Amino acid sequence: MKRVIFGLAVLLVTASPSHADWTMNLTRGVTDISREIYDLHMVIFWICVVIGVLVFGVMLWSVVYHRKSRGAKAKNFHESLLVEITWTIVPFIILIGMAVPATATLIKMYDNTEADIDIQVTGYQWKWRYQYLAENVDFFSSLSTPREQINNTQEKTTDYLLEVDNPLVIPVGKKVRFLLTANDVIHSWWVPEFAVKKDAIPGFINEAWVIVDKPGVYRGQCAELCGKEHGFMPIVVEVKTVAEYESWLAEVKQADAKQQQAAMKSWNLADLMAMGEEVYNKACLACHQAEGEGIPGAFPALKNSPVALGEVSVHIDVVLNGKPGTAMQAYKEQLSAVELAAVITYERNAWGNKTGDIVTPAQIAELKE
Amino acid sequence: MSTIHNKKQTGKTVKWLIIGCVLMFGFGFALVPLYDVFCRVTGLNGKVDLTPAKPSLVIDNARSVKLQLVAVNNETMPWEFRPKVAITRLSPGAMHQTAYLARNLTNKMMIAQAVPSVSPSEAAPFVQKINCFCFKRQPLKGNAEKWMPLVVSIDPELPEHIHTVTLSYTLFDITPDDLSTVTFRERGSL
Amino acid sequence: MTSSSASTHHHGPAVGLSRWLYTTNHKDIGTLYLWFSFAMFLTGGCMALLIRAELFQPGLQLIQPDFFNQMTTMHGLIMVFGAVMPAFVGLANWMIPMMVGAPDMALPRMNNWSFWILPFAFSMMLSTLFMEGGAPNFGWTFYAPLSTTYAPPSVTFFIFAVHMMGISSIMGAINIIATILNLRAPGMSMMKLPLFVWTWLITAFLLIAVMPVLAGVVTMMLMDIHFGTSFFNAAGGGDPVLFQHVFWFFGHPEVYIMILPAFGIVSEIIPTFARKRLFGYPSMVYATASIALLSFIVWAHHMFTVGLPLVAEVFFMFATMLIAVPTGVKVFNWVATMFRGSMTFETPMLFALAFVVLFTIGGFSGLMLAIAPADFQYHDTYFVVAHFHYVLVPGAVFAIMAGAYYWLPKWCGNYYNETMGKVHFWCSFVGVNITFFPMHFIGLAGMPRRIPDYALQFADFNAVATVGAFMFGFSQLIFLYNVIHCIRKGRQASSEVWEGSHGLEWTLPSPAPYHSFSEAPKVK
Repeated sequence: MKRVIFGLAVLLVTASPSHADWTMNLTRGVTDISREIYDLHMVIFWICVVIGVLVFGVMLWSVVYHRKSRGAKAKNFHESLLVEITWTIVPFIILIGMAVPATATLIKMYDNTEADIDIQVTGYQWKWRYQYLAENVDFFSSLSTPREQINNTQEKTTDYLLEVDNPLVIPVGKKVRFLLTANDVIHSWWVPEFAVKKDAIPGFINEAWVIVDKPGVYRGQCAELCGKEHGFMPIVVEVKTVAEYESWLAEVKQADAKQQQAAMKSWNLADLMAMGEEVYNKACLACHQAEGEGIPGAFPALKNSPVALGEVSVHIDVVLNGKPGTAMQAYKEQLSAVELAAVITYERNAWGNKTGDIVTPAQIAELKE
Repeated sequence: MSTIHNKKQTGKTVKWLIIGCVLMFGFGFALVPLYDVFCRVTGLNGKVDLTPAKPSLVIDNARSVKLQLVAVNNETMPWEFRPKVAITRLSPGAMHQTAYLARNLTNKMMIAQAVPSVSPSEAAPFVQKINCFCFKRQPLKGNAEKWMPLVVSIDPELPEHIHTVTLSYTLFDITPDDLSTVTFRERGSL
Repeated sequence: MTSSSASTHHHGPAVGLSRWLYTTNHKDIGTLYLWFSFAMFLTGGCMALLIRAELFQPGLQLIQPDFFNQMTTMHGLIMVFGAVMPAFVGLANWMIPMMVGAPDMALPRMNNWSFWILPFAFSMMLSTLFMEGGAPNFGWTFYAPLSTTYAPPSVTFFIFAVHMMGISSIMGAINIIATILNLRAPGMSMMKLPLFVWTWLITAFLLIAVMPVLAGVVTMMLMDIHFGTSFFNAAGGGDPVLFQHVFWFFGHPEVYIMILPAFGIVSEIIPTFARKRLFGYPSMVYATASIALLSFIVWAHHMFTVGLPLVAEVFFMFATMLIAVPTGVKVFNWVATMFRGSMTFETPMLFALAFVVLFTIGGFSGLMLAIAPADFQYHDTYFVVAHFHYVLVPGAVFAIMAGAYYWLPKWCGNYYNETMGKVHFWCSFVGVNITFFPMHFIGLAGMPRRIPDYALQFADFNAVATVGAFMFGFSQLIFLYNVIHCIRKGRQASSEVWEGSHGLEWTLPSPAPYHSFSEAPKVK
């Protein structure tokens, strides 16, 4: 049976045009814990294989030799206390053999020694927010795969669905503690190479930690069904050397300062529209759709909508502060003043919404204060 | 078949089974308070007591624990919400007085409820809040701001292996649709 | 029709639609349950094929993510509550009175209601697909707050549908317990009951214990959504994790509800075709009972990643692993029954053998999932999907098919077409494995479940799984044809039907008379 599947698989692998590195087994990962888990997984797997071979072997033997067509006569034996006790006790002992190392690993995972860096990870529908608690660094991380690739109008690239605009960056060899929570529904933060999977629950806080011993880029996904775009909120973690990490931190802080300056510069309609489209595709398109037509019954249309064509201040308020009781989030913290101004301007002038209104970044920056 | 005897027996069986069903339905609901008690005892899910604790008398100066204060805004809560000081070190038993800033960025009156949670959950029973803004609903007028007080201490009984305690508050918007109907019934005084 | 001659002695069934609407006959109701379940199996199966078709290649081709979520949700709910559970109740209705030597079920009128609630429940559930905002899209486990604050408006209909299914199941369970406890023929002591009856008795007690809890949890949801309570809402002092605890307190026994009767069916079939007594009857009964009892203390193994304290993780890991012991006892018993038997391989036996092997594979992956630290990697991936489909499809569904083939000649008096049965078996067997075996690999490689689109490294095995799914799906039409053919013009069956058959049901003529045992049989 397995051979059939494998044969088919091989056939398909060689035939399929775009395939990335594929694996059939759990990753060994890049932390002590992940390697321990991998070893546990393999040990249990082989125990199961051995038991399987024994049990199925006896069964196959009977199927082949004890068949009526071969003239086998049924021996009418049944019930043997000795046999029955044996096949109760032996599995029990094997189970204890599995449980002991598993518990040891579990205890290590619950280690509470002090961490070097604490990062708050907040799940949003459908992106992640990372806040470096001691650093005043705070950003959102969302899918950067273009919609065209998802809709098959553009060739898919290697990291399809596993790429983000702002990856999480952590230093190698340091204990990083993640504090997980969520803004709306339950999400689950999972990076297979770290063997970290923890639910992010609204109103509650969970923790997990890693010490990564190899710099690199590690990718994961949200593991708990969190609504429509659940499959489209990946996690990318860049693990850098301590020096590189430090310079990255400095860069981010500088970029933040620049952002604030950009808000003060004067913007024209074309620039805002261009940027607005970009922001719209990233932050709004999932619900309000490409042509602003929305999804009837679930997400309102923006095209010809009273909000997009009406009072500017109302429109700004909805985008910045969200709409309680609906899926419309508050974007004030998620987007910069420039991005907010651009996207609102875009929504008021795209798809035949020709209001001609320009919302300036400075206007938004003032509100954000 | 001996129908009469059977009917009686069957009736009895059915009666007991229906009682069993009703009890199990009740049990489903009983799980709610049971779960709360269980959480409070074990700290499961980082839940903490919502009633004021008495200050501790002993201070364990030999240890110091890192206390992290975290602020989370739920969903569409448009307030600015952050702790005065995010990270402090304190000795178990010592009282720590601090505050969270709340600023209503809208121009409407709103009511918030902060929900505390502690990580690691094992530490939850040892985080004692002597005074906390989470005991009450927090109304705030449009564009107003206030510092909401928090007095907290960590029980000296805190297990040795815990070095960092995170106390997080998630701010929920609980403003009713029609503000005039609000009766201010506080959680503590129920 | 052959059945008319058999039922002339008794007052036979009424004619036309009213026969089915008002029937209180256990055989009619069993038939209704089985056809209903098959219809639901095809409905849920079409949804599964739509899901697999979308997952054939990376990228979004056929359906949009929101509808994809509705499909996964409805597929799960329909298969669990509409296909597997009613099929078992149908088999119980047909077989239990005949196996214990009773004339009918203990509560025939309630039996009628418990069936007729189901079509209404499922019409309501399926109608949500056409409502504004769409059908429930939060997964069959409906975790709060996705299923409360963030749910589509149709969630209220979903809640009522679940309530109705729950009531139907509870009534079915009460009826089965009452029949087994009170209507046994003289001499039929508890330890002489066929294993199918035993496993159903235990299942029925599980139903009584947990269906009310499910009703409780959906009621709490309803109150949260419409009456402003906050059972699961952190803002009002509730807790979304509480939902998961209550749900899985129901949910874990529920998965045993879907497998214990399957154990019973297989334990009937293997001895028949091995022409040898079941190796350890008492130990099978005790093993079933201990699995049922253990099922109440393992629920949190579905929640290893929600942030349980260390002690809880360790406790639930140990308790879960412990279930492997009685389950192992069962598998060893089946193998020991076959050992040194005199086996033949008719379709029911083929399905039963496939059940033993593939269910055991599902058991192995279950054991791996029980290991809490490893579960941090497996949780909510396709490895879990592979695991539970292995225990539910070649587990529960194969057992149901084995049972259907096994008892069909008794039900309608005719043999099914053996060649067609074997073709159906081999297509299903190959299809099931091509579908679900690769899911182990993509799960381990890191593909989360419930996603409509995936990264490129998962593409190959997903394509394979889709091919298998279509093969498995369409081969069920062979089954449908075979059953209809068998009812219409199969070869006449004797009352023993199978050479090695044993038990009261085989003392009745084939087809079984409309009223089973009007005179209680004597059991030695």
